Amino acid sequence: MEHIRTPKVENVRMIDRLTPRKSTVGTLYLSSTHTIFVENSEAHKETWVLHSLVYNVERLPTNSSGSPLIIRCKNFHVYRLLIPQEKDCLDVLASLTQLSCPERYGELFCFSFNPNLDKELREKAWGFINLKAEFSRMGIPCNLWHVTAANHEYRLCDTYPSELFVPKSASPAVIVGSAKFRSRGRLPVLSYFHRDTSPNLFIASICRSSQPLTGFSARSSDDEQMLQAIMKSNPVSEFMYVVDTRPKLNAMANRAAGKGYENEDHYTNIKLQFIGIENIHVMRNSQQKLIDVGELAAPSMSDFLWGLENSGWLKHIKAVLDAGVFIAKAVAEDGVSVLVHCSDGWDRTAQACSVASVLLDPYYRTIKGLMVLIEKDWVSFGHKFSHRYAHLDGDPKEVSPVMDQFLECVWQLMQQFPCAFEFSERFLIQLHTHIYSCQHGNFIGNCQKERRDLRLQERTHSLWPHLWENRAEYTNPLYRTDHSQTQGVLKPLTTAYCFKFWKGMYGRAEKSVASHQSPADCLNAVREESQQLEEELSSHQEVPREMDAGQGIHMHA
Amino acid sequence: MEFAELIKTPRVDGVVLRRPFMPTVEGTLCLTGHHLILSSRQDNTEELWLLHANIDSTEKRFVGSLGTIIVKCKDLRVIQLDIPGMEECLNIASSIEALSTLDSVSLMYPFFYRPLFEVIEDGWQSFVPEESFKDLESMTDEWRLSEVNKDFSVCPSYPSLLTVPRDIDDESLCKAASFRHGGRFPVLSYYHKKNGMVIMRAAQPLTGTNGRRCKEDEKLINATLCAGKRGYIIDTRTIAVAQQAKARGGGFEQEANYPQWRRIHKAIERSNVLQDSLIKLVEACNDQSHSMDRWLSKLEASNWQSNVKEILTTACLAAQCIDREGASVLVHGTEGTDSTLQVTSLAQIILDPACRTIRGFEVLIEREWLQAGHPFQQRCAQSAYSNGKLRSEAPVFLLFLDCVWQILRQFPCSFQFNENLLIMLFEHAYASQFGTFLGNCVAERGKLQLSQKTVSLWSWVNRPQELERFLNPLYEPNNLVIWPSVAPQSLLLWEGVFLRWNRSTKCLDEAYQEMVHIIEYNKELQNKVNSLRRQLAQLETEDKMVADLK
Repeated sequence: MEHIRTPKVENVRMIDRLTPRKSTVGTLYLSSTHTIFVENSEAHKETWVLHSLVYNVERLPTNSSGSPLIIRCKNFHVYRLLIPQEKDCLDVLASLTQLSCPERYGELFCFSFNPNLDKELREKAWGFINLKAEFSRMGIPCNLWHVTAANHEYRLCDTYPSELFVPKSASPAVIVGSAKFRSRGRLPVLSYFHRDTSPNLFIASICRSSQPLTGFSARSSDDEQMLQAIMKSNPVSEFMYVVDTRPKLNAMANRAAGKGYENEDHYTNIKLQFIGIENIHVMRNSQQKLIDVGELAAPSMSDFLWGLENSGWLKHIKAVLDAGVFIAKAVAEDGVSVLVHCSDGWDRTAQACSVASVLLDPYYRTIKGLMVLIEKDWVSFGHKFSHRYAHLDGDPKEVSPVMDQFLECVWQLMQQFPCAFEFSERFLIQLHTHIYSCQHGNFIGNCQKERRDLRLQERTHSLWPHLWENRAEYTNPLYRTDHSQTQGVLKPLTTAYCFKFWKGMYGRAEKSVASHQSPADCLNAVREESQQLEEELSSHQEVPREMDAGQGIHMHA
Repeated sequence: MEFAELIKTPRVDGVVLRRPFMPTVEGTLCLTGHHLILSSRQDNTEELWLLHANIDSTEKRFVGSLGTIIVKCKDLRVIQLDIPGMEECLNIASSIEALSTLDSVSLMYPFFYRPLFEVIEDGWQSFVPEESFKDLESMTDEWRLSEVNKDFSVCPSYPSLLTVPRDIDDESLCKAASFRHGGRFPVLSYYHKKNGMVIMRAAQPLTGTNGRRCKEDEKLINATLCAGKRGYIIDTRTIAVAQQAKARGGGFEQEANYPQWRRIHKAIERSNVLQDSLIKLVEACNDQSHSMDRWLSKLEASNWQSNVKEILTTACLAAQCIDREGASVLVHGTEGTDSTLQVTSLAQIILDPACRTIRGFEVLIEREWLQAGHPFQQRCAQSAYSNGKLRSEAPVFLLFLDCVWQILRQFPCSFQFNENLLIMLFEHAYASQFGTFLGNCVAERGKLQLSQKTVSLWSWVNRPQELERFLNPLYEPNNLVIWPSVAPQSLLLWEGVFLRWNRSTKCLDEAYQEMVHIIEYNKELQNKVNSLRRQLAQLETEDKMVADLK
């Protein structure tokens, strides 16, 4: 509260740049968690902006009509305010700058957010997504894979979950040895097991790890045995893929630092495949350019298309999707297991594994399934949420839109397979906001151990049950569990022209560009009405029969 | 019959047809006077019937004695025919070449086509100017129907009946016509019921370099203004292009002579530039090996989306003048047969809910394109694969359809018709069994006796069986003016046309079917519930009567 110098400013103008006549005048309030704009109009429309969603605040030089202030949010909303007095503007700027950059976890919104749940419900809520249940849903044959206790108390790898699935044939010594030969101890473990429903009955799996510490010549027989064990756990195949999601040049450069990639001569029966997803720094810059394109004042079509090309964003999205397609094809069509890694195995690896999983398994295309997938491939495997999404004031070089890209890959797939997903675009956008907003505890911290140490389950609330309760808002009306598109493996086309600019996500800098009518909303309304009609019909069903009988009597009478 | 001479080999067996994203078909290739037919003679396999008129260009190549003909169609599809035997292949290729480039209109398929359906409503009689005028008369008495162009001598590209201000006599019209390019003097295009403002269209005034003026022209357009009101002249060309036109006798309205009008210049490209844009766009869409950078840069370089944006922006401007400013508008470019019509017809779609119904849209195309003298035959003689010398081909109508699609996509519930109607119109404008899009103006169509010798497209479209395919299940009549966003991120590539043959549409078609299903199911339930409610109400009254009797 000490940060708030002026809690209330009147006669502030919220500007709509494209349609100036839609600009509104109102009162601006600053609370400890939100900036609130209340329109003077009769409706008193309110706009709430969470401080933790603020990306930056910019003040433009004062002009005759007042002091302009631009609030840019991490979910790409932009609010343009005109504050009558320069002093007020400076106060708001100073307050917001401090409020939007917490330095310690304890200051995050999730620790004060209180949705009035009692202790029991809160605990139950944290159990809503259960990864043990998820691994058993996959139908992992227990003669081939089992849970190892090697990472109990995070002894082996502090950024991994404590429970890890490894090939049953890998001895404890091999597991420890392999972890030692992998960057940050992130050894190869099971991410997804594909229970094949085709006549082939393949039992291929997707494993993940970080890069091996090969340098120019080092090798580890434990690590080699570990990969051999993974390959052997798929008895029908004679080799396995190692997918290095980095550009080959980057992987080679890592060798100078004692890291690198698997030497095909040392590992028996592996095929190494580079995919060429760029690193987090390239992605950060790319997205910034894309955001700039969305913010152009009155761009011509050329400005827009040139900016889109120049940002490189869709090229990167294509690279991530291509990685997923390669892995899914290997697993489902060739029945070959895949080990995926990048450098640390928590960014590109998470992207590639989760995109492949969405392609392979219809479950991950449901509302609950996507939650499970994010919990598994991202949260539990140590994707560094707090670093990547700048939850705290920290190193800007750690920030990168890794998760944004995964969500966009799903969105691009939804464009090609409109009936295949239970959720709508709104669900993805909502998830994106929550990843940045720190309202719930799910995405706080950088790994499971850190979350445990922060006692998040006791001190914060879980997002998942909240989204689940409101799932009606996020439903895709075209989804039907028995539809052919819902079943089986998705095989998207990844030709350049299949990728689109995600307007729902990046076109939000201007209010008036928003879509006018949404077919999805319209169809959902129709479906809701149909449901009510169905209920009315079934409630009447008994009545007419009695009436018919009655009518019969009339006729006789 | 003259076609027989052009067909050296009417039939070849063992021909293989290859199409992207479709299974290969092997069968017998037959050439008729108007069609290329490939039939596999097996059940359940699709036959290919291709109008020669649909063929834009062909390429042939040989590997040994196996010849391959690549056929590029005006609807943008590209197919490949593998033909065994060099001589057969050469014969087929030269026949296709000759049959697809027939010069004489009267040899075109519509003159030979006999419909297999019964014509219930003759499309040639469906849109009579007198009918539209009756509607207008019910709203205002400011306008009259003039027969000054009865014999097409005042303006060869106008229809015989024209709506003009009541107080302007035919003699003044003739004088105004002599002051406008091609005789296209200002005529009524649209009357906005809400406030009585109008859109007029014309061709450029012939001011020339020495600033000619024409009192009758000034009087004519001033007659459309209410006392003390100003109007807008929207010149679809940039000021620079309009200036240059003076050297060739054209020009624009000088402020001094038209003090009640404010002139605004926009930048819609000329038709030859648009054709170039289409060729580049389709080339980019057809290359699947493009990297993302190359694809986006080729898309940008084609300028197609820029053209869409500029045309829509100009149409929005015209609509804004009418609805927001409460001012009348005169639209013209150079000839008044291309960009002018794009702008006036799109403005009407924005302003007038009637134009968003199927019937209303047909009326719009009939009135603002066919009768207004858009030279369809010239513009649509060749499409995106035209590599020869171009005369006056240009995708003016296609761009209009693209703009309609953009609005439809932004307002998916406000149109009675769906994308299929737009795609169908694109196809038929370029190659058709119907006579509707033949000829360049009303006078030419009369000479060709199209209404007697050919079937109208509308006779076919308006059959209930066909209409179904074009109905938008999401349609909820919306009486408002709809303002589309023209921001670049709101305008998309029209995939239904430009990527139509470059991907499988199975999943998208399924999604459409699902949408139809949801809405039909809802209607079904509604009917059931309504009839139940009626039954219940009836029984209740009967019960009451019985109770009363007791």
